[in-house]
Amino acid sequence: MDSLVNFWSVYSNLVLSLGTNALLALSIGLTLSCGMLAMANAAFMGIGAYTSAILTMNYGASFPVAIAAGMAAPALTAFIIGKPTLRLSGVYLAMATLAFGEVVRIVILNAESLTGGALGLNGIPPTTRWWHVLLAVVLVLLVLWRLRRSKVGRAFEAIKEDETAAGLMGIDVGAHKMLAFVLGGAIAGLAGTLNAHLTFFIGPNEFGFDRGVDILTMAVLGGINGLAGPVLGAAILTILPESLRAFGDFRLVVNGVILVLIVLFLPKGIWDPARIRHWFGHKAVSA
Amino acid sequence: MLDGVSRHFGGLKVLQEVHLDVPKGGIFGLIGPNGAGKTTVFNLTTGLLPVTAGTIRFEGNDLAGMKPHEITRAGIARTFQNIRVFKEMSLLENVMVGMHAKLGYGAFGLLAASRFFQREERRARDRARELLSWVKLDHKASDIADNLSYGEQRKLELARALATDPRLLLLDEPVAGMNSTEKTDLMVEIRNISARGYTVFMIEHDMRFVMGLCEHIAVLNFGRIIARGGPDEIRNDPQVIEAYLGREEDEAGTNEANEIAGERAPQ
Repeated sequence: MDSLVNFWSVYSNLVLSLGTNALLALSIGLTLSCGMLAMANAAFMGIGAYTSAILTMNYGASFPVAIAAGMAAPALTAFIIGKPTLRLSGVYLAMATLAFGEVVRIVILNAESLTGGALGLNGIPPTTRWWHVLLAVVLVLLVLWRLRRSKVGRAFEAIKEDETAAGLMGIDVGAHKMLAFVLGGAIAGLAGTLNAHLTFFIGPNEFGFDRGVDILTMAVLGGINGLAGPVLGAAILTILPESLRAFGDFRLVVNGVILVLIVLFLPKGIWDPARIRHWFGHKAVSA
Repeated sequence: MLDGVSRHFGGLKVLQEVHLDVPKGGIFGLIGPNGAGKTTVFNLTTGLLPVTAGTIRFEGNDLAGMKPHEITRAGIARTFQNIRVFKEMSLLENVMVGMHAKLGYGAFGLLAASRFFQREERRARDRARELLSWVKLDHKASDIADNLSYGEQRKLELARALATDPRLLLLDEPVAGMNSTEKTDLMVEIRNISARGYTVFMIEHDMRFVMGLCEHIAVLNFGRIIARGGPDEIRNDPQVIEAYLGREEDEAGTNEANEIAGERAPQ
């Protein structure tokens, strides 16, 4: 019991950021499952984090209100920027959303009176408990799981495979893309809110390009053909750097090598149901 | 149904004042040499391209300005010349995608795991199985579409189009690339589909197939309708023989080469 308490006091932050990272990976997995490479999730996380932090610090809002606002603000932003940008596809959508992310970062940097500028926001009340994060992850997983197994999930997959054919099946392609984008924004905002009320401090550079790439890596590494993939990817990318402390200065190099190897040999991600079925199929035959 | 429809791509006049009236019920065929603009007729009808001039009406409603998914919901479904099934999905899922607009549950029913949601999903699955059995693919329902043969993928596309519950079914070269057994099979299946009350409108190169199936045929050449009528009238129309049939008999070999080269052009 003592060792458990000890473990928690040392690693609680790591475990909880694993949870928020899983949310972020799921949020980008949602747009990817609809065939869109949207890179705005770090910005949505930042919008959620700042909105909720400002509400709790300046207006004394309660935590549920902060969470609701932290999800609604990025969802609304997603809806507004989605109107023009979701007409783009492939790499052009990625560029437009990346640019949007930079705009958000620079706005936060310059709106000093509200956001504290480059110094960030300090002294956010640490209201996030472990069960908040757990509950958020479980709820998001439940909603996404339901969505996947419904006509909406099938529509997403159809759009990913062939937009024209999907449209001719009676699917409103634009509306479904918008749904994926807005919902992804809300989930990223939830992660941002929980994270802000966990770390005591947020600054504009936490939500920049690096974070965006991190989020994408988690989802792609884990695999986007399911919900387990992004969660697994988030777990690996959160824990791997910690577990490589023994390598000292070479930590990041080893970290990078491992990621390159995974992407090279498992291009569809670690969690690939088809491959796993294939393995088990073989074992059944040889046994 | 098509009334004085034109479509220009820049200076290229692909369709000029085309009048077509597809009668309700029965099987209607549109034939013509490569590049005559046949697929463009389908692309205009399904809303993938806007018309330059003229109107397209379906059951009395003007289709101008409607998006593809709205036209599908209005009762028109199509298959593609170059097959476009959802390759990573199972056959059953492919057909269930076609039922998208027919499932009545909203966001609440979806999240609450209501009995209504489950009943609707079960209905979709049963219907999808039934449609697959129409094209004799029900034994492969849980296979991945990519593993099917060419002919089977065409049949899957047919089942998927039927899942949208259309009253008009557009078939874009349904037997392209099929062997003769598959062609005969498909002929029977299209006849069955028509007997179930669907109106079928097909574009086809294979003359024997068209003549054997269609009650009414129109011939398109260089963007204009040059003849229309029953199979016998078409067979004996001198203009048609000159434009299409004659050439096919004389230069069967080169025509096949054209056919392959022309696959992409109208799309």
